[in-house]
Amino acid sequence: MVKLRINGVNRQFDGDPDMPLLWYVRDNLEMTGTKYGCGMGLCGACTVLVDGKATRSCVTPMKAAAGKKITTIEGLHPKGEHPVQTAWRECAVAQCGYCQSGQIMQAASLLSEKPKPTDKDIDDAMQGNICRCGTYQRIRKAIHVAAGQVKA
Amino acid sequence: MKTFIENITRRELIQGAISAGALVLGAKLIPQNAEAAPTAWNPSVYLGLEADGTVVVIAHRSEMGTGIRSVLPMVVADELGADWKRVRVEQALGDAKYGSQNTDGSCSIRDFVDAMHVAGASARLMLQRAAAAKWNVKAEDTKADNGYIVHTASGKKLAFGELVADASKLPVPAKEDLKFKPASEYKYIGKDVPMIDAVPVTTGTGVFGIDAKMPGMLIAMVERPPVMGGTVQSFDDTEAKKVPGVAQTVQLDTFKGAPVFQQLGGVAILANSTWAAMQGRKKLKIEWNNSPNAAFDSESYKTELRNKAKATQKVVRNVGNVDAEFAKGGKIVEAEYYVPLLSHAPMEPPAAVAEYKDGKVVTYCATQNPQAVQDAVAGALGIDKKQVECHVTLLGGGFGRKSKPDYVVEAALLSRKTNKPVKVVWTREDDIRFDYYHSVAAMYMKASLGADGKPTAWLQRSVFPTIGSLFANGAEYGQEFEMGMGWTDLPFDLANHRAENGPAKNHVRIGWMRAVANIYHAYAIHSFADELAVAAGKDRVDYLMSLLGPSRKVDFTGQGMKVWNNGQSLDKYPIDTGRLKNVLELAATKSGWANKKPGNRSALGVAVHRSFVSNVAAVVQVDVDDKGKVTIPRVDIAADCGQIIHPDRVKAQFEGAAVFGTSIAMLGEITAKDGRVVQRNFNDYPVARMPEAPKEVHVHIVPSKEPHAGVGEPGVPPIAPAICNAIFAATGKRVRDLPVKRHNLA
Repeated sequence: MVKLRINGVNRQFDGDPDMPLLWYVRDNLEMTGTKYGCGMGLCGACTVLVDGKATRSCVTPMKAAAGKKITTIEGLHPKGEHPVQTAWRECAVAQCGYCQSGQIMQAASLLSEKPKPTDKDIDDAMQGNICRCGTYQRIRKAIHVAAGQVKA
Repeated sequence: MKTFIENITRRELIQGAISAGALVLGAKLIPQNAEAAPTAWNPSVYLGLEADGTVVVIAHRSEMGTGIRSVLPMVVADELGADWKRVRVEQALGDAKYGSQNTDGSCSIRDFVDAMHVAGASARLMLQRAAAAKWNVKAEDTKADNGYIVHTASGKKLAFGELVADASKLPVPAKEDLKFKPASEYKYIGKDVPMIDAVPVTTGTGVFGIDAKMPGMLIAMVERPPVMGGTVQSFDDTEAKKVPGVAQTVQLDTFKGAPVFQQLGGVAILANSTWAAMQGRKKLKIEWNNSPNAAFDSESYKTELRNKAKATQKVVRNVGNVDAEFAKGGKIVEAEYYVPLLSHAPMEPPAAVAEYKDGKVVTYCATQNPQAVQDAVAGALGIDKKQVECHVTLLGGGFGRKSKPDYVVEAALLSRKTNKPVKVVWTREDDIRFDYYHSVAAMYMKASLGADGKPTAWLQRSVFPTIGSLFANGAEYGQEFEMGMGWTDLPFDLANHRAENGPAKNHVRIGWMRAVANIYHAYAIHSFADELAVAAGKDRVDYLMSLLGPSRKVDFTGQGMKVWNNGQSLDKYPIDTGRLKNVLELAATKSGWANKKPGNRSALGVAVHRSFVSNVAAVVQVDVDDKGKVTIPRVDIAADCGQIIHPDRVKAQFEGAAVFGTSIAMLGEITAKDGRVVQRNFNDYPVARMPEAPKEVHVHIVPSKEPHAGVGEPGVPPIAPAICNAIFAATGKRVRDLPVKRHNLA
């Protein structure tokens, strides 16, 4: 039995402990904001926060999530108004939007560790998150906006 | 496009998106025997008004990131005089009544903007006439303003909702009675209104194809024949069925005839969860019968294409006599170029959920072309296409992949077989291994230079497997549309010019990817133009200006070809070298071209290309470190796309195109051995990540009153040649076959 806390709700899971957290969240909890992109931790679409730190849920087995506090995009802010989310909208970052949950979670994790990141910090933190639409320069700007470093 | 409008309020409901009684103006509508209550109204297939004043606009094009499902409705709302805050956008089902829904070819705006204006203006005039009758004034003395009809002289006003019942009883105005808003009165057109999906996609609530659900559905994954056209000889699912959650396996037939959008075949595993399907799939034991495509090896194929490109091939355009000119001797420049197979790799792999029940299919899927879904599913199941109800979700990227609905066909076939709703999910490995690949191409170029450095003759030859092979087995030559994508429509000022195309047999499915044949054509032509400028000792921008020649509308008469021109007339969309020179000059100026000299491992490269009837120039700066690592600090793109609706989304498309073009130039390569695609995932099929993407893309839009032109794709073609031209200027190393990652630039 795996016990964990997701978006502030205690959960218990007694299925395959090797199943990645991604599929628990998407299939079992029917929270589909967290996306599948590669299944190998290569693209970042599945990024969630595990104890506050950005983690690839597609390569995190349920047994490794036991006892952890998980935050998905749905739980980042009750009204969807986390500074990263509002900055994203102010900068009109998203195109198709599919990778953006992961990008936003990664950016939120970065800002919790480095509230005033440099461009280099952003490149380092975000390079695991692929955006095929190519919104990278707006992602960089939105992170600076969320950090209060520039205006949208 | 002509829109025929009639009042169909009492004959049809538009798929339940609009309340019974909404005012409906229909265009080419199919009656559905629905009763309509007298409180709301649909003045076109694209537009309805609720009695509470809500304006419902139908988005019939698919949203894959361009913003189209916000932007076309904005046009309707603006022309109507609606309050955008009270507009609700509903996604259309697949239905021929909307006209083409194939969100492809960068044509949504140019093909539908007029219809949106007509829809908005028709409804507005009906509301004005209804209000005028109530007030006993003339309709022309009223105007629409933010959801109200206002009597201009007195200022009295009625909300749209208060007029719906009366307006819906009026005949639809004649087209000649419509008055379109002057541009000076636009409230939304030309403004950067937020996208309707901005909140859903930043909060995780947007529903993509992979997120769609049906009650009681099974999750399916398919193990497909590793060689295209192969079949299942036998399979053993004993171990697979022991995996908890696995329900059953189903063998899928391999497609018959040309692949088109049919299923590839193989063995499907169906389970109650994605994870169970994945685990069960690993335990399937399948013996394959391979097709003759098992002999396909991309390395030897490359040699074959390159050799063909060096031999005389079919002439597809001819001006003057290049052979006679070459025979005179003089300075000859020759070069070969190569672009490999590429995969679309949208971030959301193909996914669809479908239910077959009582001879009818309902599907929710990420598709660029819901009518193609209807056709393909109907064809596979032997039912009428009207029995296929296709709901379009958000698309997690498309790039052309999702206009080919083989994955929806799989879901429908599996649902019929299992009597349950089925969601088919492709893994990333499935996506990379079984794509409709962007075509591999080899090009050979030859020119002789005159005393002034300008070409006295120019020969260009391409060989590539054609997209035509997807629809007809044995198609080996480039189709008219492929030739018309940056090859035969070359607008250079050349007295002697010949374009040729040679045959190539396909061994994987060949499909269209963002910018299509322009990708390899532009790469060869604009790399070669750069090589000629260097050979002539000229500034590369000046040289391109001279190649483009006098500002003129290029005349192709008597050159043995028909200009494809994206299916548009040359009268409406001429190939105008003046506009090309203008964007070239703009990009050069904005990039600081004049002050940045080649060398020192940091330099600019340039290319200017017309595609999707838009004119685009790109100047790319590259820095190459002493280990050969390339970074791209800045790209300047100048774009003349005619009139535009939403400046910020236009910019976003060109920003994205610069990144997409960077992936093509630097990283992308699909190879095959023994007929099997080698690459699997983003580790061996890399795409540009943040540090590899251009750090800054500056988009400069030319203000224009010319007809609306393409935006989604035309930014892509100039990027790869501009990057390689910049690399040459920085390092002296000319990259003639992609991707750049294969070359040592240290």
